[in-house]
Amino acid sequence: MKPETNAPVLLRGRDITRRWGGLVAVDRVSIELTRGSVHAVIGTNGAGKSTLINILSGEIPPSGGSVELLGQDVTRWAQPRRARAGLGRSYQRNTIYPSFTVFENCRLAAQARAQKPWRWWSDAQRCEASTAAARDAAARAGLDELLERPAGLLSHGQKRQLEIAMCLATAPEVLLLDEPLAGMGAEETERMLALLDQLRADHAILLVEHDMDAVFRIADRITVMVNGSVIASDVPAAIRTHPQVLTAYLGDH
Amino acid sequence: MTMNTIDRSKAAFVAACFAALALLPWLAGSYGVDLVTKIMVYAVFALSLELLVGATGLVCFGQAAFFGIGAYAAVLLSPASEAASLLWLLPACIVAAALYALAVGALSLRTKGVYFIMVTLAFAQMAYYVVHDTPLGGGTDGIYLTMKPVLGTWLDLDGALSLYYLTLVCLVAVFAFLAVLLRSRFGRALAGIRVNEQRMRATGFSTYPYKLAAFTLSGGIAGLAGFLFAVKDGFVNPELMSWHLSGAVLIMIILGGLGHLRGALIGAFAFALLQEFFKSEAIFGAFARHWHLGLGLTIIASVALLPRGLVGLPGQWRERLVGRSRPVAVGTEALNEA
Repeated sequence: MKPETNAPVLLRGRDITRRWGGLVAVDRVSIELTRGSVHAVIGTNGAGKSTLINILSGEIPPSGGSVELLGQDVTRWAQPRRARAGLGRSYQRNTIYPSFTVFENCRLAAQARAQKPWRWWSDAQRCEASTAAARDAAARAGLDELLERPAGLLSHGQKRQLEIAMCLATAPEVLLLDEPLAGMGAEETERMLALLDQLRADHAILLVEHDMDAVFRIADRITVMVNGSVIASDVPAAIRTHPQVLTAYLGDH
Repeated sequence: MTMNTIDRSKAAFVAACFAALALLPWLAGSYGVDLVTKIMVYAVFALSLELLVGATGLVCFGQAAFFGIGAYAAVLLSPASEAASLLWLLPACIVAAALYALAVGALSLRTKGVYFIMVTLAFAQMAYYVVHDTPLGGGTDGIYLTMKPVLGTWLDLDGALSLYYLTLVCLVAVFAFLAVLLRSRFGRALAGIRVNEQRMRATGFSTYPYKLAAFTLSGGIAGLAGFLFAVKDGFVNPELMSWHLSGAVLIMIILGGLGHLRGALIGAFAFALLQEFFKSEAIFGAFARHWHLGLGLTIIASVALLPRGLVGLPGQWRERLVGRSRPVAVGTEALNEA
């Protein structure tokens, strides 16, 4: 599925810059994520992809530039506030809660939308809004059979699925996914790609990924970063033949 | 065993402990009643720290300050010529300790890890030196509580038994409160913060207010323990705020088993009874003067041999009996922290 021409822009980064002392990790990067499309960001290690995700999600502040979420300037918003406004992210390393069950992992994430911490007498399990959202998210990520299993006992691929399920439980509009396919076998990769394809319909997805075959299969648009700067941003077919990309990144292929 | 039967056996264990404590005065003499009152006060104190360390993952090394403030408030707020009413004195002591905790938490929770430990210690030492070096609370000599508080005409805390039962009621109430709290959305958010705070923020939880609320609550509960301690002894001195006590209560919850409310309960009893044991001249003769040594070695040994604390002992035995094949360790912690 290709992006609709007039699909709404849900997340927009403008001239995002991040300096660490003298090093420019991200240099005036602009990016737009629209509903219904997967926008992949590729680049070698150290190209600034993770830093870009961290800035967009509010984990670190940018040195310059702005971030707009659903039409609102959120550059100065802290990460939790952005998350509540509809920005979900997954991490490169697993950040699930290993001692909790799969269900509790999702339920806790869903709770972010109905926090009510002052209701100290009421059992968290009885909050129907978050339990329903948790079940729904787990089912969408294909984990509905494993709800009662402690997350620490899942396979690697299932843990990555749970990462996505926890994102979905917060009912986000935008998904920033940091290497969701890392360390996955062929079958698990297929399952994850099918899931992403399904999620694309009602989300705007940013995908940072090293698996080039997967990226070219799933992405509607690809941005290539080298040393913190964007050298190309286009549809996959154009990126495949882009001369600068070929020399800088795909040269060995 | 399913999760539910484990939950039920935990609840039955705790209920049996409380029932035994309720019956104890019929069996034990006045020495026993006095000792167990002290231990129950420690248990309330240990529960306050368990909320921070075990439930939220915040290692506070200045818990004695809140305990001491509760104790000093009980003495300083009591009128000299008449007995204060429990109805206002008890809440006042809790609020005094909670307010100090709110201020300390607001500043110290901006730091993390070892810095947090050091900052909480520094704030506790500050409180310690205020009572140690100023005439406010009688300086190093401390100060006496001349009239113990009363509740109307039917409860006079001058009696050892009424104090015993008041302490037991407070212990049961704090335990029940925390057990309910940790199952609530607030409690589950604290559990999430303990395991991975960054993930909680990415999910949409502003973690700072959660941690501050837990810190303040914990300070209030420690203040309650301090109040009970002051009423029991009728005397307070700066040692109640010293870092030794902060360390002792930390050892209690580690000994009992972090992450479990009943660990705090068991740890307080184990610690205090070990202390009594090594202090006993009947057993150790002149060597009883060096009780710190015996206690210290025992604690080191138990931490080395019981990585999950005394609470984890049955599980450890079970694993040894059935073999180590089943990966139960990850699953058993699950939802019910009580």
